[in-house]
Amino acid sequence: MIVSQTENSAIDENRREFLSVAGKAAAATVVAPGVFLHTVGNAAPRSEPVTDAVRYGMLIDTSKCADGCSDCVSACDKENGLDMLIKPEGASDEAWARQKPRWIRSVKLKDNLTGKVTSLPMMCQHCEHPPCVDVCPTGASFRRDDGIVMVDRHTCIGCRYCMMACPYKARSFIHEHVQLKPTAAPRGKGCVESCTLCVHRLDNGGTTTACQDACSSGAIVFGDLRDPDSEVSKAMAKHSTTQLRADLKLNTGVRYRGV
Amino acid sequence: MKKIHYREWGIESPRYWGLLALLGAVIAVAGFAVLYKESQGLWITGMNNQVVWGLPHVFAIFLIVAASGALNVASISSVFDQKMYKPLARLSGLLAMTLLVGGLLILVLDLGQPDRLIVAMTTYNFKSIFAWNVLLYVGFLAIVAVYLFTMMERKANKYTKMAGTFAFVWRLVLTTGTGSIFGFIVARQGYDAAIMAPMFIIMSFAYGLAFFMLMLMFTFNADGREIGDKVMNRLRRLLGVFTAAIFYFVVVYHLTNLYGTENHAYEAFILLNGGIYTQLFWGGWVLAGLLVPMAILFHPALSQSRGAIIAACLLVILGGLSAMYVVVIGGQAFPMSMFPGHTIIESGFYDGVNGEIAAYSPSLVELLLGLGGVAVAIIAALIAVRILQFLPASLSDEVVDPHHG
Repeated sequence: MIVSQTENSAIDENRREFLSVAGKAAAATVVAPGVFLHTVGNAAPRSEPVTDAVRYGMLIDTSKCADGCSDCVSACDKENGLDMLIKPEGASDEAWARQKPRWIRSVKLKDNLTGKVTSLPMMCQHCEHPPCVDVCPTGASFRRDDGIVMVDRHTCIGCRYCMMACPYKARSFIHEHVQLKPTAAPRGKGCVESCTLCVHRLDNGGTTTACQDACSSGAIVFGDLRDPDSEVSKAMAKHSTTQLRADLKLNTGVRYRGV
Repeated sequence: MKKIHYREWGIESPRYWGLLALLGAVIAVAGFAVLYKESQGLWITGMNNQVVWGLPHVFAIFLIVAASGALNVASISSVFDQKMYKPLARLSGLLAMTLLVGGLLILVLDLGQPDRLIVAMTTYNFKSIFAWNVLLYVGFLAIVAVYLFTMMERKANKYTKMAGTFAFVWRLVLTTGTGSIFGFIVARQGYDAAIMAPMFIIMSFAYGLAFFMLMLMFTFNADGREIGDKVMNRLRRLLGVFTAAIFYFVVVYHLTNLYGTENHAYEAFILLNGGIYTQLFWGGWVLAGLLVPMAILFHPALSQSRGAIIAACLLVILGGLSAMYVVVIGGQAFPMSMFPGHTIIESGFYDGVNGEIAAYSPSLVELLLGLGGVAVAIIAALIAVRILQFLPASLSDEVVDPHHG
C-alpha cells in the first residue's frame, strides 16, 4: 500500500514528539530520585565505607531533663522494636522486668551533700576505648570509625562478657525467642545488644536519633563531634561538660551537663 | 626406688556399673535441662541483665581452676623431681583433663549461642583474655595428653620432664588467664585487681589437690589398694599449706581494699551486710573452706584420720564453690559506682537504686548444668582408670619408700 508523504511525516512527527516526551519523563524518573537522595547532612551513601571524618556523639543537658518524663525511652523502644517484645509464657513479671532489654533508661539521682535531684537518660556511652570491645572474644562487639559502638549479631556467641565489662551497664541480653523484630534492629535469642545511636537512620541519610527527636525539652543534642558547626559541638563549646566515670579515661561520645 | 606397677581399677563390676549409671543419670537430667534451656532461652534461668553470669559459671570456673591445680601432683614429680609423687602423676594428669572438659562443657552450653562454638574457635579478638583462654584451654588438653603419653609409653619416658615442664608453665598461664577474666575488668569494684590472677593460681593448687585426694582415696578404697601413711601425710600437709596460702591471699586482698575509702562500701557488702554473699564468704569460703580444713590437716591426731582428711578435702571444695559464688555473683550483684557523690533514687534498668544489690536466685536448670559438668568430669575419670593403667598398684610405705625422694 502506498502511503502519501504527508501522512508519513505527520506520523513521524507525532512519534518523534512522543519519544521526546517519553524520553524526558524517563530521564526525570531516573534522575529525580538521585536529586532527592542528595540530602543536606554529611551521611555518606551506604556503598562507601564509614570513615572517622565524622565522630557521632551526644550532649545531654540534665537541667532540661523533665522530672518523670520518659519520652526518649518510649521513642527508642518504638524505633528499635523493643516494644514488640513480649514476656515469655511462664515468666514472672518480676523476672521479665529484669531480663527484658533496655537501650536507654531514665535515672534519677540525689546529691548526697546538697540533696539536689537530677534526672537524666543513660545509654551506651560510645566510648573511644570501649571495655566491651576489649573483652569480646570474637570481636563481635566493635567500634565503627565514626564512633558508634555496636554488636555484630552474626558473630556474637552470647557469652555476656561485654555486659560484665561495661562500666555503664549499657548492654542487654536477649533471654527469649523474639517473634517480631524490625529490619532496622534485627535481634535473636542469645545475643547481646545496646544503643546504636540509631545507626540505621544515619546510614540511610538521617541525621537525628529517635531519642533526640522525642525530647521536647531539648535535653538531648546529637551530632558530629568533629564538626565545629554542629549543634552538639556548639553546645559543648558553650558549657562545660563531663563524662560519666571520667576516671576510667574512656573518652565517651556521650557527654553530660549538670552531673 | 622400686619399679612402679600400674593396674586398671579393679572395683567389682556391679558396683562400677552402678556408679556409672548414677553419674549417667545426673548427666542425662542435666542434658534435658540444657536442651530445655536451648529451646526456651535463658529466661528460664535466674540470670538477668544485672547478674549475667550465675551458678553455671560458678561451677565452670571452679572446675577449670581445679583442673589446672590437679596437674600439680604430676608437676611436682616431673618438674621438681620428687620421686614419691611419681606413682601419682598419671592420675593427676588424667584428672586435669577430665575436670577441664567438665568445666568447658558447662561454659559452652551456657552460651547464648552455643551453636556458634565454631565461631568462637575460629574468630579471635586477641585483646580479649577470653579469646586467649579458648586457646589456652584447648592447648592444655593437648599438652596434658602428650604429657600422659610420655608417662605411659615406656619409650617416651625420657621426654616426661620436658613435657611436664611445658605443661606446668602452660597451666600457670592458663590459671592466670582465668583469674584475669575478673582481674582485667575495670568496671566493677570487686574485680580490677592484679591479685586476682595469683589468687586463682593458689586456689587452683588447693582445689585441684583436694579433688585429686578424694578420687585417689575413693578409687583405692573401692579396690582394696593401700595408701601408706607416708604418701598420705605428704598430700595432706601439701593441702594444708595450699589452704593456708589461700587464706593469706584473701587477707591481703581485703586488707588492701579496706585501706582505700572508695572500696569501703564494697568491703562492707562482702564482709558485713551483703546477705547471702556475706554468709557464703565467712561461713563457706573462710570458715568451712579454709580455717576448719587447716585445723584438721595440721592437727596431730585428726590429721592421721583418713575420715577427717576426706572431710577436709570436701570442705575445701565446698569453700571453693563458695569463693566462686562470692567472686562471680557477688561481684556483679554489688551496684556499680557510676555517680560518685550521688545516690540513685530511681532507675529504669535496676542501677542499684538506694544501694540495692542486684537480685539473683539460682534456678534448678543452672544447678543441673553445673552438676552435669561435675558428673562428666568424674565419669570420664572413672572410665579411664578402669580401662587404662592410670592407678598405681599400691602406695604402701614399703612400695613408696621416701628415702629416695
